[in-house]
Amino acid sequence: MCLGVPGKVTRIDEASIGMPMGTVDFGGVVKEVCMAYVPEAGVGDFVLVHVGFALSRIDEEEAHQVFRTLAEMGELADLGLPRPGSARGREPGTAPERAGRS
Amino acid sequence: MKFVDEYRSEEHARAFLEAIQRTITRPWTLMEICGGQTHTLLKFGIDELLPREITLVHGPGCPVCVTPIELIDQAVEIARRPEVLFTSFGDMLRVPGTRSSLLGAKAAGADVRMVYSPLDAVSLARQHKDREVVFFAVGFETTAPANAMAIYEAARLGLRNFSVLSAHVLVPPAMEAILGSPDNIVQGFLAAGHVCTVMGYREYEPIAEKYRIPIVVTGFEPLDLLHGIWMTIAALEEGRWGVENQYTRSVVRDGNLRAAAILEEVFEVCDRQWRGVGSIPLSGYRLARAYERFDAAARFAVATETAPEPSDCIAGLILQGRKKPNECREFGAGCTPEHPIGAPMVSTEGACSAYYLYGRR
Repeated sequence: MCLGVPGKVTRIDEASIGMPMGTVDFGGVVKEVCMAYVPEAGVGDFVLVHVGFALSRIDEEEAHQVFRTLAEMGELADLGLPRPGSARGREPGTAPERAGRS
Repeated sequence: MKFVDEYRSEEHARAFLEAIQRTITRPWTLMEICGGQTHTLLKFGIDELLPREITLVHGPGCPVCVTPIELIDQAVEIARRPEVLFTSFGDMLRVPGTRSSLLGAKAAGADVRMVYSPLDAVSLARQHKDREVVFFAVGFETTAPANAMAIYEAARLGLRNFSVLSAHVLVPPAMEAILGSPDNIVQGFLAAGHVCTVMGYREYEPIAEKYRIPIVVTGFEPLDLLHGIWMTIAALEEGRWGVENQYTRSVVRDGNLRAAAILEEVFEVCDRQWRGVGSIPLSGYRLARAYERFDAAARFAVATETAPEPSDCIAGLILQGRKKPNECREFGAGCTPEHPIGAPMVSTEGACSAYYLYGRR
């Protein structure tokens, strides 16, 4: 039930009274969404939508965090520590080493 | 779809799996709170790819599963009234009550309709002024702002023919109940990213401190879960505890303050009965005094009789992470998604339905 789906805001309705609404495109499926909780979101932004309500504006910068974490692990590997992502970081047949943790 | 597909990359998933494998030195038991996360873990086979040292137990984060059978019975009783147009999210319709589900009531002539958003129920109340429109307000903190807004809007519009049957539940008290149990086996939590999108994660900090446990706010895509598991394992291996946030693209520490303000306006915190678990103090919402007139249970004066659970169902143990669905003797035999005995087999977020759908027989 806590399903949240990211979609792109394609229109913000100028609400005169009541709740601010907008139109959100989920990869081709378009829905009317209540924007009251994320008034900072504008056309072109991505929002996380749950049961017809936008709950957050997805932070494009933070969205790279998962991949940055992996890249940083890769850089550790370049410093001679084990490398995630592929077998390239260590000789075939050697046992996996522990990362630089106690 | 952007913000979905890239978090399903096999190459990056393998990188995380290797990182987890390199980090782990001994067995650990983690609980993912949210049933949506359970489904991702099983659908993508992550549970089977993780190192043997990791045991995942599935949390109570399925509102449909924890809604007490008495409340289903109340919903059915209200829905049967001739003046009532009863609305609900789809998941709730098939949950068996003592005698009938809402869908059973519909088949017997009740006007029961599925809605996508609680605002749809408000629209129905505006369209059908001669009917009593009741909305089954179920959900965790993720759904509460939507339900609260519907009530707030009904008040603003002065609707007299709209009410809600409230079955709201809150996550942190349930986590405390699990951690405080003498049988607890959970050593680290993946907290529910969408609950925290609304509420933030300040309220988890004292829990992490008190029980010296890592809690990692985690998203719902495969890479989110692998990242969250890696962060939790890293903390456990280093002997660290506290709250960390994996789902930074949606969650900030304070949550969504606008949503919190409406929740504060419309609801107040109350003790709540959890199906299969029991009563947990301060673990739910009821309508605040100023909105009490929208309480369907009071409006239709339905009785709250305790009802027995189906005797063959071990849903309570599953919801507390003490048994796996395939340890139930009814699993896949007497109990299937088509003919469910217990709620976790009905819900698209239930652990039993996940095990059944993805073949963990």
